[in-house]
Amino acid sequence: MAKTRLESGSTLDGFIIGDLVHRGGMAHLWQVSRPGDATQMLMKIPVLHEGEDPAAIVSFEMEQMIMPRLKGPHVPRHIANGDFATQPYIVMERLDGETLLPQLDALPLPAETVARLGAKIADALAALHAQGVVHLDLKPSNIMFRPNGDAVLIDFGLAHHRDLPDLMQEEFRLPYGTAPYMAPEQVMGVRNDYRSDLFALGCLMYFFATGTRPFGDPQKLKGLKQRLWQDPVPPRKLQPDIPPWFQEIVLRCLEVRAGRRHPSAAQLAHDLRNPDQVTLTARAGKLTQDGFFAVLKRKGEPPSSLIDKPQADEAELSDAPIVAVALNLDDLTPELSDKLRRTASRILERSPQARLACLNVQKLNRIAMDSSLDEEGNNKHVQRLVGLKDWAQGLKLEQGRITFHVLEAIDPAETILDYARQNNVDHILMGARENSTMRKILGSVSGKVAAEAPCSVTVVRNRQLTEE
Amino acid sequence: MRLGLISDIHANQLALEAVLARCGALRVEQLIVLGDLVGYGPDPEAVVQRMMVLAASGALVLMGNHDEAIGRPTANMNDVALAAINWTRPRLSDASRQFLSQLPLTHRRDDMLFVHADASAPGRWNYVTDTASAHASLAATDAQLTVCGHVHQPQLYCYTATAKVIHHQPSMDIAIPLAPQRRWLAVIGAVGQPRDGNPSAGFAVLDTAAREITFKRAPYDAEAAAERVRAAGLPERLAVRLLTGH
Repeated sequence: MAKTRLESGSTLDGFIIGDLVHRGGMAHLWQVSRPGDATQMLMKIPVLHEGEDPAAIVSFEMEQMIMPRLKGPHVPRHIANGDFATQPYIVMERLDGETLLPQLDALPLPAETVARLGAKIADALAALHAQGVVHLDLKPSNIMFRPNGDAVLIDFGLAHHRDLPDLMQEEFRLPYGTAPYMAPEQVMGVRNDYRSDLFALGCLMYFFATGTRPFGDPQKLKGLKQRLWQDPVPPRKLQPDIPPWFQEIVLRCLEVRAGRRHPSAAQLAHDLRNPDQVTLTARAGKLTQDGFFAVLKRKGEPPSSLIDKPQADEAELSDAPIVAVALNLDDLTPELSDKLRRTASRILERSPQARLACLNVQKLNRIAMDSSLDEEGNNKHVQRLVGLKDWAQGLKLEQGRITFHVLEAIDPAETILDYARQNNVDHILMGARENSTMRKILGSVSGKVAAEAPCSVTVVRNRQLTEE
Repeated sequence: MRLGLISDIHANQLALEAVLARCGALRVEQLIVLGDLVGYGPDPEAVVQRMMVLAASGALVLMGNHDEAIGRPTANMNDVALAAINWTRPRLSDASRQFLSQLPLTHRRDDMLFVHADASAPGRWNYVTDTASAHASLAATDAQLTVCGHVHQPQLYCYTATAKVIHHQPSMDIAIPLAPQRRWLAVIGAVGQPRDGNPSAGFAVLDTAAREITFKRAPYDAEAAAERVRAAGLPERLAVRLLTGH
């Protein structure tokens, strides 16, 4: 393999090499530019030594395969790949700012701050998983933020792509990942479960809220495997002011069996943004680790029996959608209400992991914006929650699969759309306005939502009886 | 250059025409035919005639075990395959039989090797069905990419830095980069008799400049093809297979 000597001012495949901005163990990063192109760019060059661990090469190859296929604001834009025959490199968009790594000096952070951060990272994971990619190396140094607050995931050297050959799969005996954040199934060599990234995010949130890593930083396989049977100290034991909902979410992320974690990154983000809607279980109140005998029993089991092996179709996220049903309680006939419920029920039956968010938009009066805080406003809010719960009662959904939200807005369609965008909603369900005179005057909310939604929209309408 | 990779046509003219039309739409510049033009299906003469025309205009056509069996009555085959070959033989013109008998077993171009079955013994027609058989085939050549058929199920194998073989089940219509520092073995699905549960005709497109392979399917009128199998008096099993893809 020919190696080009890189230095500031030299040119490689049309890229002018600037400063060396990062010297890492696996790769060096150079600032580069291209004549006539104002884009801030980075060139990543792998550090390859003859006879060394081939993992470094394979990992760089995987990154070269995966990065050009990724889209959206949550990944750096890919610009070019350099051939291994001459000089392997990846040129990508350069992001301003720092990774989350410097924040480690400020730990612990308040749980609410960590939840906001976690929700942003979960959004980025949802976008990545939707493209068939599991990151498998989520950690503070691989997370950055755009000026608008969007999280950006970097470094896809350990990632798995559903539609590409996984060269890391059977290549190496040891699991690859970063010890403090690696999911138990990843320790056991499973590389295609997107829920491994939820475990890593759980480790990160635990660490950020307590200042302590949940499983330490073991350097040997034996130490890594410990997380299969030994549960972490509950966060509230370390930081008593951590609220139960936060512990519930974090410990759910850290479940050894992937099937007990949140079914998708989008559902995790939704929980982090709606603490009052999180269903609290025994996890929330736990203040001690599992007892000696429980741990001993798990230790006696074969490790492979402690983890969930992902089914082929489980790698698809389409089975854990967030469904939002928007109910206009002021204009809901019993017939339409029933029809909406039956439609929701059919969708939920087909996707047992789906989650339903019931929305009601409380229209704000443009003149009296501040009246929502008064007694009457509060009463109205409660009444609407009661109305939503009453509607949902017939669905007989277990707690945790359904949440209720009363949103206040001047423009109901825009509010529903915002909710769908912010919460990675997969499917919006809503009724058509019954009264056609009203529709004429007020315009169609469902029409606007259907036209502009980032996801599927089902508009439910009672069959109009034609006049004889 | 964009190569159209097709294999195991098995005298299924309707499936072949559907694949050729798709290859045209995908701006394929050259066709590589990996053998088994005849056998099982109802249109052997029409398919071979079409192949002769394609070969004259630049297509590369290789020999498969069914093509060989036309000229070798004692070929080792199962009953249904043998019955179909015996049905096929008298229905081919002399020119077609001559064309089939002259087809090469392998073709090497630059760093690519084309062959109907396992490359370690091309005339023995061993199946490449798992990482062990893929290993045997890959170990027998230094080609960066081996392309074969014979199995009727699309598969991709990669020979890694540590001399292991990784299996990848390709998704359709996804361009898969074939990293040049690895060696690869692509098994192309069948045009005329798929066996992976999807009755649509299988093929693949290889972009040699981008070093990317894309596995594809061409839907065609399998019911009509099955009717033609029945009308020809071939075993019913061969008609059902076209409908189910098993």
